[in-house]
Amino acid sequence: MGEKTYIIISPVMGTFYRSTAPGEKFLVEEGQKINISDIVCMIESMKIFTELRSEQSGIVKKILVENEDPVMKNQALIEIEPD
Amino acid sequence: MLFKKILIANRGEIAIRVIRACREMGIQTIAVFSDADKDSLHVKYADDAVNIGPALSRKSYLSIDNIIDAAKKTKADAIHPGYGFLSENANFAQACFDNNIIFIGPCAQCIARAGDKSAARQTLTDLGIRVIPGSDDILSSSDLACDIAAKVGYPVILKAAGGGGGRGMRIANNKEELVSAFSTASGEARVAFGNPDIYLEKYIEKPRHIEIQILGDNFGNYIHLAERECSIQLRYQKLIEESPSSFVDEKFRTKLGKAAIKIAKAIKYTNAGTMEFLVDKNKNFYFMEVNARVQVEHPVTELVTGVDIVQQQILIASGEKLKIKQEDIRLNGWSMECRINATDPNDNFMPSPGLIESIIFPGGPGIRIDTHIHDKYMVTPFYDSLIGKLIVWAQDRPAAINRMRRALAEFEIKGIETTIGFYKKVFENNGFQKGDIDTHFLENMK
Repeated sequence: MGEKTYIIISPVMGTFYRSTAPGEKFLVEEGQKINISDIVCMIESMKIFTELRSEQSGIVKKILVENEDPVMKNQALIEIEPD
Repeated sequence: MLFKKILIANRGEIAIRVIRACREMGIQTIAVFSDADKDSLHVKYADDAVNIGPALSRKSYLSIDNIIDAAKKTKADAIHPGYGFLSENANFAQACFDNNIIFIGPCAQCIARAGDKSAARQTLTDLGIRVIPGSDDILSSSDLACDIAAKVGYPVILKAAGGGGGRGMRIANNKEELVSAFSTASGEARVAFGNPDIYLEKYIEKPRHIEIQILGDNFGNYIHLAERECSIQLRYQKLIEESPSSFVDEKFRTKLGKAAIKIAKAIKYTNAGTMEFLVDKNKNFYFMEVNARVQVEHPVTELVTGVDIVQQQILIASGEKLKIKQEDIRLNGWSMECRINATDPNDNFMPSPGLIESIIFPGGPGIRIDTHIHDKYMVTPFYDSLIGKLIVWAQDRPAAINRMRRALAEFEIKGIETTIGFYKKVFENNGFQKGDIDTHFLENMK
């Protein structure tokens, strides 16, 4: 992973969701262009949902976790290649 | 006939609470657990336990099929649903009925009636019990807002239909203020929630959340177990509860109790339930909703009335008549409860799951702890943040406050953040000690 890669990390231990609700379309796909403050995924911890937004614009390079998988605090979730 | 075997369709402290009630009655217990809870205390305490699926609630504790299968496999006569999860799910109560398993709670139709807010509003109006008056629908113009405000009486509050948590709300004391508040509130709602729709309610000044615990058997007998004061909340989550309420005297208690029983009779409610009211500073009370289950805060009622609410639920569900009469209910002393949550008060009450390295529990006179946690327990992120309840009993409110402060000082949980330190501040607060509280108390606490 290059120096330029920007990584979305989980702020809390929880469950990783790629959409805002079960059955909804995924928020982002690999290869997709995103803008600053776009919601890229959700983390649920203790029934509280947190939206994770990208602080950079760029291309979604790799989604590192499967939808609905458990994640740890500070775990890398999504790699973004900034513009 | 009393049940031989009860399956508890829940986890955590409430599963343990139900197991304890059963054990004292000589009833066998079946625990259910998800993959995340296989080492939990409720699994260890029960006579038998069944794995009902993966950690995600949707696939385990909320799976009606998995739970009914577990009950059939273990030949349970009845299911206790606890609170949360499937406890107020009419389909679950119906599935129990269809499989000849007794659901320990109100019947499916009754749960549906309790949950139907607009029908409930009509029923209550017919009974002469007040609900918070206001516009039932979204307001199309400030003229319409003024018409409704004139009917319900000032002050009124405008609320954003898309909102919550206090944002987009505006209070108006007269027509001039309402006209200007209407356009501001609508604009704010558009910016904050992308939806300009607003509705109007009569503004309740210094509202208190006061609820009445009731018990009703299958033969039309009802009693109430007085009130619980639950005004100490944050974002509509109760954090501290007490019984009795320092705001309720004997006359008002009788009035609230009669109203609660009237509602229960009207919807043919059975088993344990709670009628929630919002009470204004002049002791006008407005019905909010029915909680068709045992509540988190039930222990404060148990400690001042001496009635074991969970055992009563079991007896009523097994078809027994209520043996306790209204005149048997005498309040003795004062009880207070702190909900111990795995959240971080210094970080906006963000969830704080993780490994508990060590715990020291408070003890001594007048202390009750309902919890499932222990040393080296892993608080997982899959379920809600309640990890225990610290409940105290003393002869009066000042003594209960002192006892709670003493217990909080003894209580130590290492490894995760909890609300213990926050409660120490609340119990030191002068306004709280004087009982000068309302549902906005924590927002305004310095």
